[in-house]
Amino acid sequence: MTSTMDPAGHSPAEVPEYPMPRAEGCPFDPPPALRELQEQARVTRVKLWDGTTPWLVTRHADQRAVLTDRRVSADMTHPTYPRQAAGGGGTLSFIGMDDPEHARLRRMVGPAFMVKRVEEMRPMVQAIVDDAIDAMLAGPNPTDLVEAFALPVPSLVICKLLDVPYGDHDFFQANSRTMINRNSTPDERTSASARLAEYLGALVARKLEKPGDDLLSRLGEKIKAGDLTVRQATEMAVLLLIAGHETTANMIALSTALLLRNPDQLAMLRESDDPALARSAVEEMLRYLNITHGGRRRVALEDLEVAGCPVKAGEGLVIPNDIANRDPEAFPDPDRLDITRSARHHVAFGFGVHQCLGQPLARLELEIVYRSLYRRVPNLALATDFEKVPFKHDGFVYGVYELPVSW
Amino acid sequence: MKVFVDEDKCCGAGSCVLSAPEVFDQRDDDGVVVLLDAEPAEHLHAAVREAVQVCPAAAITLA
Repeated sequence: MTSTMDPAGHSPAEVPEYPMPRAEGCPFDPPPALRELQEQARVTRVKLWDGTTPWLVTRHADQRAVLTDRRVSADMTHPTYPRQAAGGGGTLSFIGMDDPEHARLRRMVGPAFMVKRVEEMRPMVQAIVDDAIDAMLAGPNPTDLVEAFALPVPSLVICKLLDVPYGDHDFFQANSRTMINRNSTPDERTSASARLAEYLGALVARKLEKPGDDLLSRLGEKIKAGDLTVRQATEMAVLLLIAGHETTANMIALSTALLLRNPDQLAMLRESDDPALARSAVEEMLRYLNITHGGRRRVALEDLEVAGCPVKAGEGLVIPNDIANRDPEAFPDPDRLDITRSARHHVAFGFGVHQCLGQPLARLELEIVYRSLYRRVPNLALATDFEKVPFKHDGFVYGVYELPVSW
Repeated sequence: MKVFVDEDKCCGAGSCVLSAPEVFDQRDDDGVVVLLDAEPAEHLHAAVREAVQVCPAAAITLA
């Protein structure tokens, strides 16, 4: 290999830009250019929005190795960290930190998302889903599934967990959308982040005075004990509120769109009483759709090798989980949607110590939606041409802006 | 089969509990792994192997 060529054979002028566009008419599949890179090389250079050229890791096994490598950092304040975009402010709490501080902060909110605590939330989540279906069926037909169902359900759940007033949902949903839109200007993103921080900071202050039985009040106890600053608690609250509603909302709407295009899989899910099939469908939908499409971002702290490719200290790493979840080395016949397959080893929640903390809650919400929505609304259908469905090609979190449905 | 867990490595994602709830639990204080059964019966071995495979922090090892 010569020093001017990268492993995929690109000269510096030919380094492909990342992220890449999806193919017309294939909104559920990774970009074709990204798939070509995966076939060409396990590690290859890409060019980001700011002109930097970090390494992109294409294979499932290598991505898992990088994301568990302690010589690789998630520190968003590192000068050569490959950022998704300019602006936004802050580090998004422990997501952008390394251990031991990352672990210390993450473990403060860990108990709320433990499998057994989340399982205790099942009746509450089921009631929210049932009520949302009732409300949708009592409303106009056709309707937009995103506004009528996909967005309210996880927003109501995370509001309960944090004791954020659901009446403020327009405010926090709009600001979250600005923060995760690729086309927002740096100023827009920074002000949206500041507005959310101000709002949640005020809520944390109220919880300090009048604690209740909710996660923000438990962070208040940590503040009083001197383990956490108000600012750190506020950053965590912003992270949990955004991560708690945007991601699951997008999964609900996008997977419903995918199931409506795959009626055999939808029928299997609707007609089965087996909770194991619903849980298996959750994993397959996560694998197939994998809504965080911007690639995990890391920076090497030492010289190291990734799949035989030398990476120097200070170089950035981009780890796109969407392509790993379609890696034929990890999933046979990866483009076939099969809700019965064993897909638990997908990396839709990331991998390594930063893997999604809220995954038990996301799984519970999706499982209940999959077992409820399609049975209660067995004739659910797309109320527009599929070609007209607006996909979020400009978002850090993928999904649909709206999904017109009828029944 | 002997199961070992490294509490320091654990990030509390709960993956192991989903795979093998008979063998793994999480600590009330911080969500860190609790090993319920260090020598699980044979019918649990497949589930434990899955837990090892999906653990994001490589905190579970087998001997």
